[in-house]
Amino acid sequence: MIFGYPLLSAAIWLPILFGLLVLATGNDRNAKMARTVALVGAILSFLVTIPLYTGFDRMTSDMQFVEMKDWIIRFNIHYHLGVDGISVLFVLLNSFFTPLVVIAGWKVIEKRVAQYMAAFLIMSGLVNGVFVALDAMLFYVFWEAMLIPMFIIIGVWGGPNRVYAALKFFLYTLLGSLLMLVALLYLYHQSGGSFEILDFHRMAMPSLSAQILVFIAFFMAFSVKVPMFPVHTWLPDAHVEAPTGGSVVLAAIMLKVGAYGFIRFSLPIVPDASHYLAPVMITLSLIAVVYIGLVALTQSDMKKLVAYSSISHMGFVTLGFFIFNAYGMEGALLQMISHGFVAGALFLCIGVLYDRVHSRQIVDYGGVAKKMPVFAAFFMLFAMANSGLPGTSGFVGEFMVIMGAVKANFWYAFLAASTLIFGAAYTLWMYKRVIFGAITNDHVAHLRDIGGREKLVFVLLTVAVLGMGLYPLPFADIMHTTVNDLLVHLATPKVLN
Amino acid sequence: MNLLSSLSPAYAEIFLLVMVCTILITDLFIVNHTKTLTYLLVQLSLLGCSLITVSTHEDGIVHIFHHMFVDDLMSDVLKLLTYLSVSMMLVYSRSYLMARGLFTGEFLALVLFATLGMMVMISASNFLSLYLGLEVLALSLYTLVALQRDSAVATESAMKYFILGAMASGFLLYGMSMLYGATGSLDVNRIAEVIHQGTANKQLLVFGLAFIVAGLAFKIGAVPFHMWVPDVYQGAPTAMTMFIGSAPKLAAFAFIMRLLVEALQPLMIDWSGMLMILAVLSMAVGNITAIAQTNLKRMFAYSTIAHMGFLLIGVLSGTVEGYGSSMFYAVVYVLMSLGGFGMIMLLSREGFEADNLNDFKGLNQRSPWLAFMMLLLMFSMAGVPPTVGFYAKFSVLNAAVQTGHLPLVVLAVLFSLIGAFYYLRIVKLMYFDAPESHEKLYIQPDSSLLISINGLAVLALGLLPNTLMSVCAVSVQQSLLH
Repeated sequence: MIFGYPLLSAAIWLPILFGLLVLATGNDRNAKMARTVALVGAILSFLVTIPLYTGFDRMTSDMQFVEMKDWIIRFNIHYHLGVDGISVLFVLLNSFFTPLVVIAGWKVIEKRVAQYMAAFLIMSGLVNGVFVALDAMLFYVFWEAMLIPMFIIIGVWGGPNRVYAALKFFLYTLLGSLLMLVALLYLYHQSGGSFEILDFHRMAMPSLSAQILVFIAFFMAFSVKVPMFPVHTWLPDAHVEAPTGGSVVLAAIMLKVGAYGFIRFSLPIVPDASHYLAPVMITLSLIAVVYIGLVALTQSDMKKLVAYSSISHMGFVTLGFFIFNAYGMEGALLQMISHGFVAGALFLCIGVLYDRVHSRQIVDYGGVAKKMPVFAAFFMLFAMANSGLPGTSGFVGEFMVIMGAVKANFWYAFLAASTLIFGAAYTLWMYKRVIFGAITNDHVAHLRDIGGREKLVFVLLTVAVLGMGLYPLPFADIMHTTVNDLLVHLATPKVLN
Repeated sequence: MNLLSSLSPAYAEIFLLVMVCTILITDLFIVNHTKTLTYLLVQLSLLGCSLITVSTHEDGIVHIFHHMFVDDLMSDVLKLLTYLSVSMMLVYSRSYLMARGLFTGEFLALVLFATLGMMVMISASNFLSLYLGLEVLALSLYTLVALQRDSAVATESAMKYFILGAMASGFLLYGMSMLYGATGSLDVNRIAEVIHQGTANKQLLVFGLAFIVAGLAFKIGAVPFHMWVPDVYQGAPTAMTMFIGSAPKLAAFAFIMRLLVEALQPLMIDWSGMLMILAVLSMAVGNITAIAQTNLKRMFAYSTIAHMGFLLIGVLSGTVEGYGSSMFYAVVYVLMSLGGFGMIMLLSREGFEADNLNDFKGLNQRSPWLAFMMLLLMFSMAGVPPTVGFYAKFSVLNAAVQTGHLPLVVLAVLFSLIGAFYYLRIVKLMYFDAPESHEKLYIQPDSSLLISINGLAVLALGLLPNTLMSVCAVSVQQSLLH
């Protein structure tokens, strides 16, 4: 607690309260009011999270800004919140994106505006809850609750095949979550009646086979969310059908939730199983990096291409986690943040085109640069960042993970580094076909360049992408102690012999 | 102690019986079509019952009528919840039944008789009184289903209900007589003692137990004794379906507690295995068959079957925590079921039943608030947090993990995943599809207020589930202290 108010609770409940307020403004009758209230709420929610960064003590890996209250006494479940050097970054990332999503949907969303804005605000609060919950049941409640607004967002404002995509998204994630619930119940009884995540970290898990079962249950939950090969198939569908804001949140935030789960649950709770199964995880990650990268190359739909590119980039993240060294771990975390900015930005770019032409197919474009020079410049920057150009945020994380991988095994690094080629190939080839060349059709000939509202969003993201690429220290610095202590924890086996 | 004060644990039952008789007679003189006075009298009697139940509450376990009747914390809590759910059901169904000419004095009197039956079931501690309560309830329910005389479907389902129900009663009685033969007693606690001493013939006991479990499974609609549930749920007027699907589940829980836990606790190993088969089959058949339904009432029927499977998981884990979690599950289920059927009746009009899945299409555009309430109810039934349905599943599964039933728990979560699909489909219809008709919804103020309370309660209890959970746990704990 700082400045006399509970920051983390504010980060969760402020957007939710504003979401309810937006709902109360009624439906389309006064859409303008709904938009304004939503924007104010989103900006306020971002502002309250800033003290988390400025007031953060970088010297310790303990939980900070801790709040603890009894919640369900019967099961010893607490309303226990706190952040460490890892989760604080994701709270900020999430809160940063909420205003962007509100602005991005400002004009585009015309039907049921209040419900749209409210769904995003409520989801933003719930996602913050996922990142700051220190009680496993509290985590689980936020984890599942955030499915509801996303389900509605995809299903109501999505594309033609939205119903299929929404149901697939929900059922896929629910399957993983339910198995995680079983694992949590098991851990609850093993720990003698505690749902505290930190107790889970400390408790002994002597048998390797039990650890492996718990690992698999967590794997089901988190790998679906990341998503890892071969449970990634929901993502292209969900991305393609979701409205722009939904895609942005999916790519920038939701995927991070799964990776965060690995760091908060799988690795520290069952370290021996993590080491034991690391070859499997690394293999799956490399398949994602290489194979999904190749799949991305063949896409004719821009959103699908970026969706596959996300899966490929998230393969880097899981690779970085499971090579168990500081470069890999920090690189993976930086990659998560960077991917949030870059993938979010790319989806916003595609959204800009889609709003004007109503097509996501690459063949429907060509020569956009002649009509939208400013937009083309921004798009260029984000495309470069997606291919990992030095100087952009995309480079930092990938480079560190590759360095870490070299330490572990040359061939891991070799295969992982292939993404620098594939990533550049699919992103820039798409960019070339969409932006350069001759103007192919009337739609493109009538394009208008981006306006002030869109420029604002892109400028903010440009600052983030370039800032992180040129000077990543503020990001790396805050997580350093936590990552080191986590690695020490992981190096200590729980199985004694 | 004088006779009158020694009967105080049964004051509520006596009061209700007197009130039903009074209402039956006064109703003869009320020619008014809307039956407002009778209706108010019924609600007042329920209120009176709750006041009496609260004021006659005593700590500990009190037996009266030569151990036929027991008053403990569990029975008081269950009775209070029964009054509440009956009263909610009356509010929901008033205008629905009035539009169909079924809101008669007989209806109200039968509902109260059924309530009386449930109260006796909840408080019975002897096989005779248990059976007596069960039959008072069952006979009233058969009649209620058949009340719509001119409807062929309703009559058919009443017939099915009656025949299968009578058969189930036969099973129960047969099992009870076996147990009587083996132990020489009909008293719940005495039977437990005799079995515990080990003098009773084990084979005979288990033989009787099998019949008792079959009879119970019939009554709660567990697979493979579930055949009547979909037909009755679909055929009966929605108000009656709501009644069957709500308060009697609480009484059924008490019935299971008295029979299996209090009387036959020493045979737990035997009935636990039987219940496990019933639970797994119910969850499987209920959840999978529900997907294929287009009629909402029939879908709810299969969903009830699946929920009963879940409820049995808590009982079969055989611990006090398990029983407490099952009671919590039953209470939560009743709350959700009331809301679900309430929504059907709310959207129905004279000559039109909103019991088809397509009737919910585009509800979000016609009434965002009602759609939101239904969304909460559906997510709660699917067991998605932060709604209370999640905690019901959570506490039941927790009890099963505690007793080492991990494979069962994994099966249960997989079936609940399948179940999530058809609840999501309703949300999909309401939110993602365009409405089929743009007719204005005429919604009664009392029932729309109630559905709001009902829906928000599902959410509020989900955010703060501690109190209700503890009440259920403590009341089960207290009733098992001997």
